[in-house]
Order: sequence, then structure tokens, then C-alpha cells
Amino acid sequence: MPMRKVMKGNEAAAWAAKLAKPKVVAAFPITPSTLVPEKISEFVADGEMDAEFIKVESEHSAISACVGASAAGVRTFTATASQGLALMHEVLFIAAGMRLPIVMAIGNRALSAPINIWNDWQDTISERDTGWMQFYAENNQEALDLILIAFKVAEDERVLLPAMVGFDAFILTHTVEPVEIPDQEVVDEFLGEYVPKHAYLDPARPITQGALGFPAHYMEARYTVWEAMENARKVIKEVFDEFEKKFGRRYHMIEEYKTDDAEIILLTMGSLAGTLKEFVDKKREEGVKIGAAKMTVYRPFPIEEIRALAKKAKVLAILEKDISFGIGGAVFADTSRALINEKEKPIVLDFILGLGGRDVTFENLEEIVEISKKALEGEKVEEVNWIGLRKEIL
Amino acid sequence: MAVRKPPITTREYWAPGHAACAGCGPAIVMKLATKAFSEAMEEKYGDPNAFAIAHATGCMEVVSAVFPYTAWKAPWVHVAFENAAAAASGVEAAWKKLGRKGKILAIGGDGGTADIGLQALSGMLERRHNVVYLMYDNEAYMNTGIQRSSSTPYGAWTTTSPPGKYSIGEDKPKKWVALIAAAHQIPYVATASIGDPYDFYRKMKKAASVDGPAFVQVLAPCVPGWRIPPEKTIEVAKLAIETGLWPLFEIENGDFHNIKFQRFPKDGKFKKPIEDYLRLQGRFKHLFKRPEAIQELKNQIKELWRILGKEVELP
Ligand SMILES: Cc1ncc(C[n+]2csc(CCOP(=O)(O)OP(=O)(O)O)c2C)c(N)n1
Ligand code: SF4
Repeated sequence: MPMRKVMKGNEAAAWAAKLAKPKVVAAFPITPSTLVPEKISEFVADGEMDAEFIKVESEHSAISACVGASAAGVRTFTATASQGLALMHEVLFIAAGMRLPIVMAIGNRALSAPINIWNDWQDTISERDTGWMQFYAENNQEALDLILIAFKVAEDERVLLPAMVGFDAFILTHTVEPVEIPDQEVVDEFLGEYVPKHAYLDPARPITQGALGFPAHYMEARYTVWEAMENARKVIKEVFDEFEKKFGRRYHMIEEYKTDDAEIILLTMGSLAGTLKEFVDKKREEGVKIGAAKMTVYRPFPIEEIRALAKKAKVLAILEKDISFGIGGAVFADTSRALINEKEKPIVLDFILGLGGRDVTFENLEEIVEISKKALEGEKVEEVNWIGLRKEIL
Repeated sequence: MAVRKPPITTREYWAPGHAACAGCGPAIVMKLATKAFSEAMEEKYGDPNAFAIAHATGCMEVVSAVFPYTAWKAPWVHVAFENAAAAASGVEAAWKKLGRKGKILAIGGDGGTADIGLQALSGMLERRHNVVYLMYDNEAYMNTGIQRSSSTPYGAWTTTSPPGKYSIGEDKPKKWVALIAAAHQIPYVATASIGDPYDFYRKMKKAASVDGPAFVQVLAPCVPGWRIPPEKTIEVAKLAIETGLWPLFEIENGDFHNIKFQRFPKDGKFKKPIEDYLRLQGRFKHLFKRPEAIQELKNQIKELWRILGKEVELP
């Protein structure tokens, strides 16, 4: 029988790692993810987890050790956030290029400078081009579930790409919520043993991994990563179906909430989705036709789902905790790509908010709806809007 | 005195067909190191192939693994420039979990070891991974076209330490990574030179045989980087030993009071002058117009020997 326990997001991630039975874990502490390696250490110390836990001297070595272990053919896990993820940056490309199904938990946190330990998504968003799949959790249950899902998708022969699962710093990493811990046998059935098909360092059948690619081969190698990421769309949906059958919880590339007759749809990721649903309920009571949508999978980008969502809305308002300087939010830019050749498309507006742990309040959301309404009525508004900015201190 | 030569296995792991320069010192290192490793694995585990290699970016990686070819007949992985030691840690951990017997060989140049990879190396040694780290020391970044590293010797020309009106070339003493490695009190640390291949072979075997981490720093001349003719590689590497410029030693468990030396003259007097070593190499050519710089180099080497516990005379 699945067990229900009240736990922090970090603990949920550690539990997911325990259930997935990786053979090697390498990690280095960083706020807000520190509890993940701590908890895993405890599991290992108590004999509850049979993994080799490498207490590395940096995140760069953490991910390098994961690449080494994964290249040797075993299931591998790590966790980090923010500067730690940035320090891994170089090796993230290598993990994907070598097609190693490493899974990593990220307590989404802002990047320096100024140094800031609180939540936004700049860390993972900045790694969007590395070839890693990206999942974002709304709550602690999703953090646990999505890590299991990530392993299953990553190890699928049609994919073989690494995956990161983000859950918001403090809002989830340090907040306790009831989480259902699935039965080990069911997880075992779901994930199965990882049997490497292409990556192993076996003296009985020696292979060379991580070779130099000349111009004659490099593009093709990169294309296979592209292809794998395209394949991942289908595989993720299959795995979502299977997950529902085994565990009873349903996931979508984009989950919609009261969107069917909505004129304005607010699209976001992560824990903000919870707040949005509540806000939508409130506005519906006031008779405002708005809906909410949560992007669970950001890479591969859910292009078809965005198009379907956009068909329903007159204004698609994107709420995101990241910024790509010189253009706007990353989700906004990506959404624009998804809609560029659509015949009918909504007005797409971008709202940058919640950076570095700034609270996202109902007043902020009201402001977003106001701007969206103006756009709906044909008034000219900014495409990229910073919400909750304290202009008086600028 | 007749030198007893240990047999060297005919097994090959570094296949012909790699793209290294004619006379490449590091290429000789690759060949000998893997042979020695295989002998050690055969003696220890009854399986000469019981090892895998994690390689840092650098000349030897680039010349040996150009897709779709490979010069390696052993399981081999390259991750990046600075993390061979960390990647090897991961491979070793995976092997432990898989119950696979054997040892991991991590290979890096002086740049990937003394500079950018020093932190990962220190972490790996301190965590006591069952890995041999082999630093082939060609004393500069050769892959990017001969820039100085912290292992470049005093006075040497490189493209980033050019001699000029206000410069004698590299102006800092060489960093001795073997001593840094030994400070981790790991089971085995050694220096070697391909000028004495049997000594190097024995040391690699020893390194592969101990339980836990080991570190070997081997001098390996680079033809274009040192500006030497290809047929002089071994001669130069030999002179480094004979002039006292390159101490051959072993340190076990960080015991600096019981360093074992090889090829050390009983009276502490080296017979051949360092100039013999320098003269063969274009990278030191300019020093002959600056005798004070050669004297400074000698002082530094004497000081290194003193730190190692030996008073020496250099002619
Ligand atoms: C992070 C990073 N910085 C720089 C480089 C460029 N680079 C590749 S190999 C190399 C030098 C290698 O020197 P060394 O380790 O001494 O080996 P050698 O080429 O001499 O064999 C450099 C600077 C790189 N690959 N990665
Ligand atoms: S440049 Fe030097 S290290 Fe590189 S292959 Fe040539 S001789 Fe060997």
C-alpha cells in the first residue's frame, strides 16, 4: 500500500531517488537543495538505499562523476540549484551529447549577482539549450512523481537524454506537504532495471565514448540529440499514461484549468500554478472569463499543446520567473515560436515576476488581468511587463 | 652494472593509427602505461583487461579518438578538460556497484592536471578512489598550440611566455604536482620519465597494484612544443634525469621522510650539466644569452632537491 507522509520537497526528491534505486549518486550541497544529498546520505547510512554516494568537492565534479558513472552503464542521480547548476553548465552539454540518461533534481533558485537564495527559474531556464529535458513540479507530490517519470523517459531507447526536474526554492523545497510514497514493487515494475545499450565501460567489449567529432560528423551528432528530444514528446505522453495506470495520478505536458470558455488564459510553470488556480476561481466568481494553464514539460517544448491552448484564448498571458535580457522571458519567446505560423492566434503578453523570491500576490495577478483586458479591448500595451517591480527604489 | 630489464607485455591497448606527431613523448607514455596496467591487472585479478580509462581533453585525447576511429583497445571515456579525475571517480563507483573487478586509469596533461584539473584531482585523491591518475607532463598546453602551464619550467619559451626585451620566457618556477598529490597521503606517488622506460613501467605497475589512489607524473617531451627533432625525444627525456633536472622518486602514504630515489648519484654530484639538456631544445635557446637565467634555473632545481631531502651539486 502506498504510504502517505508529510514532507518537504527536498525529501520528496530524495525519496524519489531512493525509489528509483540509482547505483551512483554524486552531489554537492547548495541552498535550497542541501537536504537532498543529506537525506540520501541518511538512506545510504541506514542501508535503505544501496547506492554508491560520492561526496564530491564541487558541482562540476558531481556532474562529471555522474557522466563517468552513467558512461559505465549505471542509473545515476544528482541534485543541485542555481550557482551549482551554472557550475555544471559545461558538462550538461556533454551528458546530453553522450546520450546519458542522468536525472537531476533542482530546487529552482535565482542566480547571482546579487547573490540570492530564493526562488525563480533562471537557473534551469539558462540551461534550456543543453539537451536536457526539463520538468517543473507544482507541489511536492509532483516533485517525487516527475523524478520517477524523468528516469523512465530518459532511459527509453528512443530518447536517451538526461533530465532535470525543477521544484521551487523554499516554496516547495522547504515546505511540508502530504506526499504519497508509492510502493517499491510498483516503482520497480514501472522503471525496471536500467540496462545500458550504448554506454558501458566493459573490458569484455571495449568502446570509446566522448570522442572528437570533426565537421564531417558533428552536425549529425547534434541532430541525433534534436531527434531524441523530438521523440521525447511522444515518449513522455506514453509514460504519463503508464504512470496514471500504475499510480493513479495524471500528468499533462500542459495542464489546463477552466480554459474552455476563457478569454484570457494565464500560463505558468511550477508552484505558481497552484496560486493561479485559486485566483481563477475567485475571478470566475466575479464573472471574469479567465483560465489557467500549467506547463509541466518545458523541454521538449510542448508546441502542439501551446497551439491547442492558444486556440481557446484571446489573450495568452505568460507568467514567468526568468528573463532573457534583450528579448523577454524564455517561455514567451518559445511560445511565440510555437504560434508564429498559426493563422489565428491570440495576443501573447509576457509578465516577468517573482524574481529572486519576490512574492507573487493576488494584486499582481489583478494587474496582469487588467493589462490583458486592455489588450483585449484593442489598447496598445507592452509586450513584456515587469510585475511587482518596486519602481520607487530604482 | 647490468640493468635487469623487466619483461614488457606484447599486449597492445594503444593501437597504431593514432594521429600523434612523429616522436611524440606522450604517445610513448600511453603505450607503456596501458601495457604496465594490463600486467598489473593480470597479476592482481587474473584479467589483463580489467581496467577502463578516463581521459582529459588535450593532445593525447584529440589524437586518439577521432570519430569514427579510435586508438584505444580498452574501455575509454573522455568528458572534458578539467574533470578526468572526477569522471574516473564516477566510473570507479559504478564498477564497485556492478561488482566489476579492476582499476580505473585517469589520464591528463600538465594543463588538465596542474591547472584547471587540480581541484578535481585533489577531490578524487582525498576520497580515496581506486584510481591511478597519470599526468603526462609535456610542460605546456600543446593541444591549443604551446601555451604555458604552471608546470612549464623556468626560462622556457611558450607562446604565452615569450622571451623578449623584458622577459626571459616563463618567469615562475615549475609547480610539482607530484608533491601536492603526495600531501594527500595517498598510498603511492611517483615521478618518472620516458627517458627511463623501465623505471616508468615499474612505477605504473606499482601504481596499478596498490589499493586506493595513486599518482604518477611522467616527463614526456613534445616535439613541436619543445622544438626538438623527432628522433631526440628519448635522448632529451634521458638527459633530464642525468642532469638532475628531473628527480625520480616515489613517496608512499605521504611519508616525505622516506622518499625512495632512483638514478640518484651516490655522491649527490650530477655529472652532466643542465646546459646539455637545455641545448637540445629550441624552447631554451634564448637562455644561452642569459647565463644568469640558467643559474636561476639551477638554483631552483637545487632547492627542489633540498626540499626532497637531498643536497646536490649541479655542474
Ligand atoms: C574549460 C576549457 N578551457 C579550455 C579548453 C581548451 N583546451 C583544450 S586542451 C587544452 C590544453 C591541454 O593542455 P595539457 O593538459 O597540458 O595537455 P596537452 O595538450 O599538452 O597534451 C586547452 C587549453 C578546454 N577544452 N576546456
Ligand atoms: S604536439 Fe606534442 S604532445 Fe601533441 S602529438 Fe605532437 S608531440 Fe605529441
